[in-house]
Amino acid sequence: MKRHVISILMENEPGVLSRVCGLFSGRGFNIETINAGPSNEEGVHHMNITTFGDDYIIEQIMKQLNKVVSVIKATDYEDSPAVEREMMFLKVQAEAPDRGEILRTVEVFRCKVVDVSPNEMIIEATGNHEKLEAILTLFQRFGIKELARTGPLAMLRSKKKVN
Amino acid sequence: MKQTGAWILLESLQREGVELLFGYPGGAITDILDELPKRPELRHILVRHEQGAVHAADGYARASGKVGVCLVTSGPGATNTVTGLATANCDSIPLVVLTGQVPTKLIGNDAFQEVDIIGITRPCTKHNYIVEDVRTLARTIREAFHLARSGRPGPVLVDLPKDVIQDVTEFVWPEDISLRSYNPTYKPHMNQLRKTAEALDAASRPLLLVGGGVILSNASAALTELAHRLSIPVTATLMGLGGFPASDDLWFGMVGMHGSYAANTALNTTDLLLCVGARFDDRVTGKLSAFAPNAKIVHIDIDPTSIRKNVQVQIPVVGDCRLSLEGILGICDAKYADRDWKGRHAEWIADLKGWMQERPLTFHENGNIKPQQVIRTLNELTGGDAIVATDVGQHQMWTAQFYDFLTPRSLLTSGGLGTMGYGFPAAIGAQLAFPDRKVVVVAGDGSLQMNIQELATAVANRLPVKVVILNNRYLGMVRQFQELLYEHRYYATNMDAQPDFVKLAEAYGAEGFRVETADQLRPVLAKALASPATTFVDVRVEREENVYPFVPSGAALNEMLLV
Repeated sequence: MKRHVISILMENEPGVLSRVCGLFSGRGFNIETINAGPSNEEGVHHMNITTFGDDYIIEQIMKQLNKVVSVIKATDYEDSPAVEREMMFLKVQAEAPDRGEILRTVEVFRCKVVDVSPNEMIIEATGNHEKLEAILTLFQRFGIKELARTGPLAMLRSKKKVN
Repeated sequence: MKQTGAWILLESLQREGVELLFGYPGGAITDILDELPKRPELRHILVRHEQGAVHAADGYARASGKVGVCLVTSGPGATNTVTGLATANCDSIPLVVLTGQVPTKLIGNDAFQEVDIIGITRPCTKHNYIVEDVRTLARTIREAFHLARSGRPGPVLVDLPKDVIQDVTEFVWPEDISLRSYNPTYKPHMNQLRKTAEALDAASRPLLLVGGGVILSNASAALTELAHRLSIPVTATLMGLGGFPASDDLWFGMVGMHGSYAANTALNTTDLLLCVGARFDDRVTGKLSAFAPNAKIVHIDIDPTSIRKNVQVQIPVVGDCRLSLEGILGICDAKYADRDWKGRHAEWIADLKGWMQERPLTFHENGNIKPQQVIRTLNELTGGDAIVATDVGQHQMWTAQFYDFLTPRSLLTSGGLGTMGYGFPAAIGAQLAFPDRKVVVVAGDGSLQMNIQELATAVANRLPVKVVILNNRYLGMVRQFQELLYEHRYYATNMDAQPDFVKLAEAYGAEGFRVETADQLRPVLAKALASPATTFVDVRVEREENVYPFVPSGAALNEMLLV
């Protein structure tokens, strides 16, 4: 069982999200994260899904996604040179004695404090999956009150060779 | 000149070659109904239930190869099509189902007869559309037919809000249709065909497994040619019956849960399985880990999702069945012209013939009317030339086993979804496609009652459909499970309370016959077949007859229970 980030280009028509989500639920595939937004082309949306599965399941997921009439192209970024970033908001318990340590951690991970109250802070963090997992682990000791994650955005790197 | 949505819809249907609409009226589609009399070439067949409309369109499509079309209203009219859509979706049958919808400004307000049919049918259609602007109507209809009939065919639903149908615009017919997100692969990869030819040359016990794809892609002639030229024995799935003539010397019957001993044993023995247009349903494979244990598998299918979904294959071929088979034969002709295929496979074919003789499809005669005997008699009386529709259950399996299907599109049956109540309306659709052919329904007394209201449709249209009821007053297939796997605990399968089918036929203005003794069987069936009327034949068969061979669910194909 491996984590795969799948990128999907699809026609921006009503109900297209449920075509993709319905496929996952109807066939018993997992969705860990999902996000969608416009692409550079008018009428085309770009969706990223994180899923888990062995090779056999991922092969079926990719084939089934490409079979959906509204899907223009689905690509599995596993084993491809892709950049991957995810954003999250963390609301942490931030009592006076802990604040210094919290701010140091924020600095080390290049996070941002976007909201402060007498005993809580909202921290914005960006990074790949592993980095965000590490940040979460470190902030756990202060007490995480709320968490929101976007799920990864992914894009294939450009070819570095000049022809 | 501007035209209404209703006008544009009907003009588009005619441009797509539609002759028949199976439908049922309702408030949301009255504008369309009002436009229909102006186009006498578009015949509307008024059914008695929307499920009947979809099955009838499905039977029309299976028998003729054309797209079947339905027109129903919003809300309950639309939801009643769901079972029919799922049936067609499982068996890859091209349909376009047009549903009425409440006006766009009311959508989402729980209006009278409003339902989110797009949401409901998303998983049981190939694709579906809601037309939100009359200017996109013609293009949507064009796309719907293109999707329904191309690639792996399937049902497409188009939802038509009432205001869109009433709105007006200029009619523009898109001559060319191309969808950037939809490009089915017809032409198989040459390399894969070459590998298949090499595997055929290396094999000593090759076996063909014919699926419904052979029939859908009109590949029957190519398949028969390949089997004959390379001397390969042939088996089929339920959906593949008729794809290869059952009268042929190389025919060894259906595989799977109720497949012949010869066919299932061949699957266990073959060293090269050529699966053409079948999707390895669990009813075909039995226990997956024990399926075709000695074989290299070639899998030809136009739908890449079918490949390696259930069974691991060594040579996948994505493409049209007919083009693939022709390609393989072409390579064999060019590369292996000197091979004595017949001599090579003689011993293997002799093995299969031995199994067939050793354990033929049979039953014990005891003086009662045996259901298998009814099918055999029907086969003799029709010369295998009828279009046969079935429902789902024991009678369906006996039909598959004992009727000799000689040509493609001669068996109409719900293979994938297993929809009881399918056969009778499907036969109505087939009879409308072929008014001069014999169309026979083999039904169980249970399943016939699921869509028996279509008797009125058959009588109203003077359709000489013959319904042969294998009447055992049980839901026989489940009763058989209860007998063999649940220690005779029969529950909810006794259908003793049933109508008098003869009187019921007569009440609708059809003809009814009853067969109560074995000696009446042939003369009464012959009389019914010769009648110009819609006819029910109520045959009182042995009540507790079982279908054999029987591979219990989850068992391996070599664990057959035999007669």
